[in-house]
Amino acid sequence: MSQPFRTAAGGHVDRAATLEFRFDGRALQGHPGDTLASALLANGVRLVGRSFKLHRPRGIFSAGVEEPNALAELRTGARREPNTRMTAIELHAGLEAASQNRFPSLRWDLMSLVGLLGPVLSAGFYYKTFMWPASFWERVYEPRIRAAAGLGRPATAPDPDHYEAMHVHCDVLVVGGGPAGLAAARAAGAAGARVMLCEQDFLFGGGLLLEPAQEAWRAETLAALATMPEVTLLPRTTVFGYYDANVLGAVERLADHLAEPPPHTPRQRYWTIRAGRVVLATGAHERLIAFPGNDRPGVMLAGAALAYLRRFGVRPGRRAVLFANNDAAYEAVFALQAAGLAVPGVVDARPDSAGIAAARARGIAVWAGAEVCGTAGGATLRGVRVRHRGGTGTDTLLACDLLCISGGINPAVHLASQSGTPLHWNERLAAHVPGAPVQAQLSVGAAAGVTGIAAAAADGARAGGGGIPLPDGPAQDATVAPIWEVRGRGKAFVDLQDDVTADDIRLAHREGFGHIEHAKRYTTHAMGTDQGKTGGLVGAAVLAAARGVPVESVGLPTFRPFATPVTWGAIAGHHVGRAYAPERRTPLHDWHLRHAAEFVEAGHWLRPAYYPGASDGDVWDSVLREARAVRRDVGICDVSTLGKIDVQGADAADFLDRVYANTLSTLPPGRARYGLMLREDGIAFDDGTVARLTPDRFLLSTTTANAAAVLAHLEFHLQTAWPELDVALASVTDQWAAMSVAGPRSRETLAPLIEGLDLSNDAFPFMAVADAVLNDGRGEICPVRLFRISFSGELAYEVATPAGHAEAVWKAILRAGAEFGIIPYGTEALGLLRIEKGHVAGAELNGQTTAADLGLARLCKKRGDYIGRALAQRPGLADPARPALVGLRPLHRSDRLRAGAHLVLPGGSDSLGWISSVTRGVALEGWIGLGFLRGGLGRAGTPLHAAFPLLGEAVEVEVVSPHFFDPENQRVRD
Amino acid sequence: MRYSGLRLLTQAFAGNTGWKPAWRDTAPKSSYDVVIVGGGGHGLATAYYLAREHGITNVAVLERGRIGLGNTGRNTTIIRSNYLLPENHNFYEWSLKLWEGLEQDLNYNAMVSQRGVLNLFHSDAARHAAARRGNAMRLDGIDAELLDRAQVAEFCPLIDLDNARFPVMGGLLQRRGGTARHDAVAWGFARAADRRGVDIIQECEVQGIETEGGRVTALRTSRGRIRAGRVGLAVAGSTSLLAGMAGFEVPIESHVLQAFVSEAVKPLVHAVITFGAGHFYISQSDKGGLVFGGGLDGWNSYAQRGNLPAVEHVFAAGVAMMPALSRLRALRSWGGMMDMTPDGSPIIGLTPIQGLTMTGGWCYGGFKATPGSGWCHAWTIAKGEPHPLNAAFTLDRFRQGRLLDERGAGPFAWAQ
Amino acid sequence: MIQIACPYCGPRDEAEFAYRGDATVHRPAEEAGFHDYVYARANPRGWHLEWWHHTGGCRAVLKVLRHTATHEVRAVGLPADRPEPPSA
Repeated sequence: MSQPFRTAAGGHVDRAATLEFRFDGRALQGHPGDTLASALLANGVRLVGRSFKLHRPRGIFSAGVEEPNALAELRTGARREPNTRMTAIELHAGLEAASQNRFPSLRWDLMSLVGLLGPVLSAGFYYKTFMWPASFWERVYEPRIRAAAGLGRPATAPDPDHYEAMHVHCDVLVVGGGPAGLAAARAAGAAGARVMLCEQDFLFGGGLLLEPAQEAWRAETLAALATMPEVTLLPRTTVFGYYDANVLGAVERLADHLAEPPPHTPRQRYWTIRAGRVVLATGAHERLIAFPGNDRPGVMLAGAALAYLRRFGVRPGRRAVLFANNDAAYEAVFALQAAGLAVPGVVDARPDSAGIAAARARGIAVWAGAEVCGTAGGATLRGVRVRHRGGTGTDTLLACDLLCISGGINPAVHLASQSGTPLHWNERLAAHVPGAPVQAQLSVGAAAGVTGIAAAAADGARAGGGGIPLPDGPAQDATVAPIWEVRGRGKAFVDLQDDVTADDIRLAHREGFGHIEHAKRYTTHAMGTDQGKTGGLVGAAVLAAARGVPVESVGLPTFRPFATPVTWGAIAGHHVGRAYAPERRTPLHDWHLRHAAEFVEAGHWLRPAYYPGASDGDVWDSVLREARAVRRDVGICDVSTLGKIDVQGADAADFLDRVYANTLSTLPPGRARYGLMLREDGIAFDDGTVARLTPDRFLLSTTTANAAAVLAHLEFHLQTAWPELDVALASVTDQWAAMSVAGPRSRETLAPLIEGLDLSNDAFPFMAVADAVLNDGRGEICPVRLFRISFSGELAYEVATPAGHAEAVWKAILRAGAEFGIIPYGTEALGLLRIEKGHVAGAELNGQTTAADLGLARLCKKRGDYIGRALAQRPGLADPARPALVGLRPLHRSDRLRAGAHLVLPGGSDSLGWISSVTRGVALEGWIGLGFLRGGLGRAGTPLHAAFPLLGEAVEVEVVSPHFFDPENQRVRD
Repeated sequence: MRYSGLRLLTQAFAGNTGWKPAWRDTAPKSSYDVVIVGGGGHGLATAYYLAREHGITNVAVLERGRIGLGNTGRNTTIIRSNYLLPENHNFYEWSLKLWEGLEQDLNYNAMVSQRGVLNLFHSDAARHAAARRGNAMRLDGIDAELLDRAQVAEFCPLIDLDNARFPVMGGLLQRRGGTARHDAVAWGFARAADRRGVDIIQECEVQGIETEGGRVTALRTSRGRIRAGRVGLAVAGSTSLLAGMAGFEVPIESHVLQAFVSEAVKPLVHAVITFGAGHFYISQSDKGGLVFGGGLDGWNSYAQRGNLPAVEHVFAAGVAMMPALSRLRALRSWGGMMDMTPDGSPIIGLTPIQGLTMTGGWCYGGFKATPGSGWCHAWTIAKGEPHPLNAAFTLDRFRQGRLLDERGAGPFAWAQ
Repeated sequence: MIQIACPYCGPRDEAEFAYRGDATVHRPAEEAGFHDYVYARANPRGWHLEWWHHTGGCRAVLKVLRHTATHEVRAVGLPADRPEPPSA
């Protein structure tokens, strides 16, 4: 018979539709509105999992996210998700779920034999053993522990679903859609506030869903909220974290209730919510009692049993017993009785109470002042042992297959506590409740200890500003007479998932781990996926008893995000794969693409590394070809990525003298100069070219990597250290394209194109700068700025043009240079050429080298303040024994040099320095390199090895000047 | 009481009632030869090595709260010695060697697991830097291997090589690096120090440091005044506060670093993997949770909690590196208090106050140094001068310009 | 989320800014002061005067008074302002 435990009517399930699903391969049926847990119970499936350490059988314990036991591997393949709470999985057609952490099957789990070792596997046992023999830990013990640990099996393929992010501001964020939350949202919405209401369940209502009499108010309230345009309702949305300034993080599950997300729909959405004020209506979690055998499938929270009956239309068993210490829990057993379950008895820890009287009035046997001291049955409950409290003597066995337990309720204070709200002890509830909040926030309803639908709704409405219709209803008394533990034979669990017993807590105390944080870490209590929502306080109470102090003085472990676990991918969002970081493209990017450039990342930029030619065999063929073309004829290189900063003002020259190590104020207009910037601690920071356009206007270039850092550095100093200077800065990196036209034929290439500027050597010498116009002879007239600067060591011009003209200018130059054999060259060839010249670049300007190390000490001003001057003089930085820039060549020209090699004396292992940049040469034969060496050029003639132990290599090298090619710089001045 | 498998068995028969406290929770005496301030891993290790190596046992460790609940209880448990600068890698290598024998030494299973630390790189420049670092290690006898792309794929197939924004080019692997169970380290050192006579005083906050003629004489605490012949500070993010009490300055900013753990799953990540295109590192604990983190939030904090931007950066970097992480669920986040120095390297040694030493400035790398820091700090206290291994980690190296900047980031780099 | 009320742009999230640390250290006139300027930091557990550079917005450098244990932002101003910590 299908779904033998389904009731004929009632609840928020649609019996008219049937959903087929599979659990551990078994075909079962349920209805829309079910969770996997309710559907399993409807089918009479009680055994759903195995506990973490001891592999004891586990059943469904709760009806919500506080579930410690019923964890499934949901879905298969790349979408497989371990540890998914069956109580929170919305049933859908075709759902496939499997139990976890058992072999070969749930019913016959070999690992349960571990239970025979029970007493040995006490808390912290692994700290006391596995130490001998020493080698066995990693080879034998640990692999087995790791294989046995974990719970479910993760997917190993990339996630096929995608996730998106939303940002929102609201006046009021209401967390929790039960009676208090719904009332708060409606009241605030009616007052005109922009309201967001987040509910982690797929239905709004919370406790209202368990009360048919309240359905009208629930429906009417939701209808009213739907008419308010400034109110947003987010079901299936978990608010997981509360951060500074009333900013909260939430994850909305858009498609987890479907087999897979519809096309173009994200699976989940990550919300960053910035709230004017927050109303926490997060309800409360019922807590367990630690008695022997409290983990047997069939033992369930009383509120959960009520939920399965009233909300899901499922009888969670046939014969039910209640074990409680509060009146609120009685509603469950009265409802079960009305639904046809036998109720052999109620066990109340209190000697008398309103609940006891009400039960007797219904003809239910009551054991008052009594406790459950054991359970019977194998993998499912068959009976409970009851005895009177404080007495000795025999216990009675009550036959039943369902034990509803309630030790009281814990207000769900996670978010309040995360936000800094202190917690106070409430004697009546024997639980923590929020105190005075630190942020703009209020806790209402059960989250504040106000239980019962009518009271909670009134509390929420007040927080929202009042003035809305409220539900009627009886008061609900959640007062408890605390009972945390029942001593007896057998394991009494305080943490059902991690198999932590009350004895474990006492052991922790015995061994000196009496502080709640120590006890938690030592026993792993409350460290499972449920983070102790049902048993955390119980463990703390056991610890308090062991210490002989009141429960409240023990405290609780810190509440931290994530209040309920959320999917990793939701927070990563779209920043995955190629979209992990933005791509910055130069204005010439499309041209490079069309010409088959091989790109390289330079930070976020994409730059052409080289342009493979038809007859090129490998990368070096291309690079050498490009570099030779530059040395011999002419080449063109896109250098748009270098930072460009416009500096203007009457004090611009003074400002530049303060930020550069060398002097810039003497630069005449129409000229450029190399500029070296230091950090204030005296270490080289960045270099570039400074061009003076007018007396009051300069253009700086920076390296690609440091453009943003240099701009921020300049702005910071201008605004805080020298606000009196008349200087304005602007970044113009993206506004200008820049291309280097380099080679002996570069003048001949450009001259016919350039109007308004005489390019002869006398008129436009090395380091000159001027504005001009480029006329491509085909109708394109482009403004250009020419800088006669050279990184390659050849006659060269940097041609800058506003970005929109980039491709026109580039193509015009290529046409004009065709007769001279012009080709484009990339960063690899650029690197080869600059290494031949001994120009330092990023590998040398690595944040650890000084101007002196770089051979640039002579550039630094002797007089006048500049950033870095003072601290560069510290002994450690002025030490002449520091590794200094040198050139290196292999003694045997066919040997290869490698960057990252260390320079050592032959046979030695003391590093005297390292190689920073290498290349094959075109002007010289073989490999060349730049590096830093103690003693610098003074070691010319000393036999040295470039040692690369990572590859087992050592190459004989000679120390030479770093300026391998045209050291007199004749060619650039030609 | 010695721990062993046999002891577990015999105690089990006694219902586990015979276990003794792992360390005595004593009240402070009125004076000690040496007082260590700070009951985290470094302070407890210092006390242990004072007793074990130097026979100095009239020692107290003062802990404001309960031992091991500061950074020692909050880190991502990585141990390694794969540093560039010889002053660093030789120190951390000594620490790693101490890790290798630690469990037997302490008779406590700290679960030291040398399963490998792999640093990915994604550019030629990064490869050269990794090679420079690995070669430096190898020259000093420390294990390092350079992996190419194919070898990275074989080592960890979950790493995204194909669809990555910054394709992986290879990695630097230290096989002897790995993880250790952080809580066990604190408890193990505490128990071992206690067995040698060290007093561990908890819930004892130092409120003042008394000096006379430039020499430390006593500590004023919430549990009374304690005279001390020598004092060692091991208080991490609180270093500025304690130094202030003694009247000297330290170049430290305290910052929050967030860390995270996922729900426990079956074995997925077998080594420690660090990303090269964003600040991110991950490993899997023996219990099954993935333990991971990234960079600082980036502003001074003593709050031990951070905000969403740092969370987003970490999670995005994780999925970029290993797409399979996407469907795991994040279980918990927390924060520590990092004592950041201007060059990213620590301070172990003498202070301007005679008789007062310190170990601090560990930035976010202090856990791996726990045994080495304790060992060197103990030496410094016992001998009155640093050991060669910590001789470079001076307080005044910033005045001298003898910086130990591994990455070239510069002073208080987040400020630049 | 640390939120900073930029005088030009209004309240903005921390992610729009670059933190530049202690605003009580000033670039000295004489050489002797540079070590402290670059390296010495009071690092208080309490009210902290610090620089936040609005790099993702108007690019103003702002002086912020913020508590390093609670993260409360008490005052935001321009470099010339001198916000005072609350008394006691």
